[in-house]
Amino acid sequence: MSLRPVRFLRRGRLVEVAEVHPRTTLLDWLRLRERSCGTKEGCAEGDCGACTVVLARLRDGRMVYEPVNACIHLLGQCDGAEVITVEDLAEADGLHPVQQAMVEKHGSQCGFCTPGIMMSLFALQHEGGAPDRDAVNEALAGNLCRCTGYRPIVEAALDACSRSPSDRFSKTEASTSKVLAALDDGSDAWFGDPQAFFAAPASEDLLSRILEETPDATILAGSTDVGLRITKALEPIERIVWLGRVKGLDRVEDLPDAVVFGATVTHARALPHLEAIDPDLGDMMRRFGSKQIRAAGTVGGNIANGSPIGDLAPALIALGATIELRKAERLRTIPLESFFIEYRKQDREPGEYLRRVAVPKLRPGELFRCFKISKRRDEDISSTLGAVKVTLDGDLVAAARIAYGGMAGTPKRAPAAEAALIGRSIKQAATWRAAAAALPGDYRPLSDHRASARYRMQAAQAVLVKALAEMAGLPSASTRLHPRREASLAAE
Amino acid sequence: MQPNEPASSSAEGISLRHVHRSLPHDSAAKHVQGAAVYIDDIPEPEGTLHVALGRAPVARARIVEIDLDPVRAHPGVVAVLTAADIPGKNDVSPSFGDDPMFVEKEILFHGQALFAVVATTREAARRAALVAVVKTDAAKPSVTIEDAEAEGATVLPDYAFGRGEPDLELARAPRRVEGTFRIGGQEHFYLEGQVALAIPGEDGEILVHSSTQHPTEVQHVVARVLAIPDAFVTCEVRRMGGGFGGKESQATQWAATAALAARITGRPCKLRLDRDDDMAMTGKRHDFRVDWRVGFDEEGRIAALDTRLHARCGYSADLSLGVVDRTMFHSDSSYFLPVVRIASRRLKTNTVSNTAFRGFGGPQGMLGMERVVDAVAWTLGRDPLDIRKLNHYGPDRDVTPYGMTVEDHDTGRLLLDTLERTAEYRIRRAEIAAFNARSPILRKGIALTPVKFGISFTLTQLNQAGALVHVYSDGSIHLNHGGTEMGQGLFQKVAQIVAEEFGVAMDRVRITATTTGKVPNTSPTAASSGSDLNGMAAKVAAGAIKRRMAEYAAEEWGGSPDEVEFREDRVFVGNESLGFGELAKRCHLARVSLSEAGHYKTPKVSWNRAAGTGRPFYYFAYGAACSEVTVDTMTGEMRLDRVDILHDVGKSLNPAIDIGQIEGGFVQGLGWLTTEELVFDAEGRLRTHAPSTYKIPVASDVPADLRVALFQAPNREETIYRSKAVGEPPVMLANSVFCAVADALHSLAPGQVVPLDAPATPEAILKAVEELTGGVGF
Repeated sequence: MSLRPVRFLRRGRLVEVAEVHPRTTLLDWLRLRERSCGTKEGCAEGDCGACTVVLARLRDGRMVYEPVNACIHLLGQCDGAEVITVEDLAEADGLHPVQQAMVEKHGSQCGFCTPGIMMSLFALQHEGGAPDRDAVNEALAGNLCRCTGYRPIVEAALDACSRSPSDRFSKTEASTSKVLAALDDGSDAWFGDPQAFFAAPASEDLLSRILEETPDATILAGSTDVGLRITKALEPIERIVWLGRVKGLDRVEDLPDAVVFGATVTHARALPHLEAIDPDLGDMMRRFGSKQIRAAGTVGGNIANGSPIGDLAPALIALGATIELRKAERLRTIPLESFFIEYRKQDREPGEYLRRVAVPKLRPGELFRCFKISKRRDEDISSTLGAVKVTLDGDLVAAARIAYGGMAGTPKRAPAAEAALIGRSIKQAATWRAAAAALPGDYRPLSDHRASARYRMQAAQAVLVKALAEMAGLPSASTRLHPRREASLAAE
Repeated sequence: MQPNEPASSSAEGISLRHVHRSLPHDSAAKHVQGAAVYIDDIPEPEGTLHVALGRAPVARARIVEIDLDPVRAHPGVVAVLTAADIPGKNDVSPSFGDDPMFVEKEILFHGQALFAVVATTREAARRAALVAVVKTDAAKPSVTIEDAEAEGATVLPDYAFGRGEPDLELARAPRRVEGTFRIGGQEHFYLEGQVALAIPGEDGEILVHSSTQHPTEVQHVVARVLAIPDAFVTCEVRRMGGGFGGKESQATQWAATAALAARITGRPCKLRLDRDDDMAMTGKRHDFRVDWRVGFDEEGRIAALDTRLHARCGYSADLSLGVVDRTMFHSDSSYFLPVVRIASRRLKTNTVSNTAFRGFGGPQGMLGMERVVDAVAWTLGRDPLDIRKLNHYGPDRDVTPYGMTVEDHDTGRLLLDTLERTAEYRIRRAEIAAFNARSPILRKGIALTPVKFGISFTLTQLNQAGALVHVYSDGSIHLNHGGTEMGQGLFQKVAQIVAEEFGVAMDRVRITATTTGKVPNTSPTAASSGSDLNGMAAKVAAGAIKRRMAEYAAEEWGGSPDEVEFREDRVFVGNESLGFGELAKRCHLARVSLSEAGHYKTPKVSWNRAAGTGRPFYYFAYGAACSEVTVDTMTGEMRLDRVDILHDVGKSLNPAIDIGQIEGGFVQGLGWLTTEELVFDAEGRLRTHAPSTYKIPVASDVPADLRVALFQAPNREETIYRSKAVGEPPVMLANSVFCAVADALHSLAPGQVVPLDAPATPEAILKAVEELTGGVGF
């Protein structure tokens, strides 16, 4: 193997990472090393967005500008990207359009969240296509502002993003693309020493070998979970194996009857494919974390970390997803639900990694609904998330897969509720009630700061009734505060 | 004057150039470029050390033994500080002496500071702080209001005021209702957490950069802890990344700890709390239980109110005296209460010490009263707005429970009436009734609620301010005052006032960091008073310099000083006109002083707490809001559909900044009453100690249909350019959201009192649904 240092583009110069600890965050590097203090630390857990920076990458031959939370993004993950921060936007002849709009609309008060907001809007503008208010709100869901009440910020975004970007980045895109293309050389990258390293293998074979040799190494994908173990739990993580450069793991295969996500496909990239399966999945994914989190966090990571809530897992279990794991040369495929053994314990051996996730598409006669319940609609971890897939034979339920997050130590199916549906007419309210009444047989939820056990069960029952009622034809405008988006591919 | 901009006129009728105009925040261009410097961004002096705190692992205990040797042995550690290292007093409290900097024996809340680690890096300090071995004999903590009641524990004596015989009147009243209402607290969640950088100087001097709303208190506490005179301590702050009351008394501990570390190590020391530590270790808005009884007639006219306020203050008094007093002062909301008793308890618990938070107790008092009015309306089957209007202060019904006459109640009344019309309340009320009649799952609600907020510190001595203005011989102006900038635009407003006074361009006025070295003995920037007090002090200072410049000009070019005009960046005297800079230079050559310290004290205010009577407020700021919501009665989820706001800012100093305060305050109140829930467990640990678990509003929580208007009538009192304070009152506009949710739920069981507590989380809403309907329906 040919090892080279991790390297990224910064203000026109190539930075080769050396003499930093492998768990150094991008934010610490910016503020403490480079002394670029425009980017702020608000929470150090990827929630408030004050640390938002943009990573520009070449993807499928096109430049993409993605916002990430620098506070939990590890420096090594910047390999192959251009790192853009708030100091880089203004040009000699004045402020960047997103900055100018923000000043004109009186969008800053204390100013501490503003750098992050500027970067989110910069990324939004570079996405192109004049975003509407919903798209702006979605782009800002990961940027907390405690002063303004957001109205002027949203107006600044609508104003600035109605025009195509014409800034130093758009103007030099061709030359930057060449530089970034050259960085993507397919070689393995690495920094540190044998005791403390950041390894970025480019192939699955090397990845397997490293994991075999150092089975206790921390597998890193988007760092939206591992990052908090570093900044909050202060875990002394020393050996990191990052999947972000592994060729093939980032592939999405959109097959006629299923979508197969490589483990490092980010939520942002998975979103349109999931939404094409069912609009509820799109709605759920837009409320999943924030744009920053979705740009970094991965489908594989969300499953592999075994969160009892992990919104994706219950939805994919209901759809009948399977996962493929690899250890050395051994591959195995299991149903997703059997991966979760108990709280924070999964069916994964040391040195084994999750390789891909296959999500079956809905077939004729199959209906799907998914409801995410949280204290705050956007950027909040669910109190409970319920997903229901029903196969109908006429009006009768032929098969049902129901799964919830937040109701047990793991994302889990609801066999009693499923059984209560089989053979009964979806059109009858009694069927819905019978399924809801069976749920307490499936779960013994906990009380915590998100919700009490009682509320969790009530909400779980409520969304099951809603899902079934909607499948029976009740319009979602009468059952939900935010009606279901009708999608072209929905199997209605 | 700008060529295309019409002249506005002040009360004095002089043409104006800056005041009343929507100039951007002075730091706006810096904010958007990441060029505004916060304390953690200041280039660290060579050798700067970093401080982290060791925290109590339990909420209530005596320390049996604490072993800090492992901490000292940790790589990078330079020093470990405990109470024994404090040369002065181990006390960082604002007034009552009950907030130790480090625990000596008794742990009073989970996360309380036990010791500090000073290390070469922040990471080393944080890691080292975790390896102390702390042995305690823990007791069951007192966590809730009811725990404290059972123990009879308070931080300050009970206090009440009122008039008449409420028990008698209640017994006599044709109708009576009573109830209990719980109101949750609130985390400030300023985006910039608590931070201080202390730099030692010669002879034991110390310079402290602190993110504080109260530099003078930081100065005093640092001096107290280090046992040095106040004059040896300078506290400076250019800007905060948000304050909201959370950096009024609560910034001092971190500043004093950094100062102690600097004193002991002889090196600059920085302490920046991690967000989770910040949330676990600093006080919050007080949560309350309000027990109320109201008597009224068949029309809904209130005859008597008896309300008992139970405030959870936490482990120490902090600012709870004033906070809960302000709850009492606002327990009338906008309504005349002929016979009334307002009683309060300041309960002591093993939780963090609750503190100032935008509104300073007022919001809880007002919301409590709105709930009483709702109950009256529901009981009588009337629209709550009718009952609000019926009981609103008016002619001969204008004296508050604390004996202050509401002189401009017509303003509040006019706001209500105007908003009722412009928000089309009655039409929408009918539409909502029709919607609810055909919608079993989703229910709509609407509410229009008033705001009347008393302006002035109720501690009378705080109603003073100082400013320092220099005119340099090139005509540039140095502006300094005791107010601090936390995003509210105070610096820009005061700069507008000074530029106005001198008739010069804004860019002549250099805004400078607040420092105790320039303006001493200041009050906190709090109680919405920033521009009222500091704006006036700066005007006084600028006016004095201007007067001397005018006298010199009149002497030099003839005429009377009164006829000298300062405008358009020039000075007009007789037939002469010269540039402002030119006059400044000539004044200096002629040995005219171009520097002045201005001072201002608020007139008319007085408060006799023992007698429970007086005029604690110079004036009232008014507002009204109408909110419409839709509630999902199966899951308890809620959506805010439309908000109309009309708010009284007097004659606005800067309409854009004021609208920013109104919208920001409203959304902060919205968060308090809906998604922001503080959860302490039975062990007294805060479980919602990070933004992942504590949910402040995000952009999508704010409705697209948000209509905000200023009610621009000049303040009847002689405030700065007849403006009104605007910082806190808008928080209470969000009461309309809470009442709208209750209104939506009321449609499920007309005539019943809706048992909804704040915050109205989905769970709280569903619980109310269940109680109203006897079960959740599907």
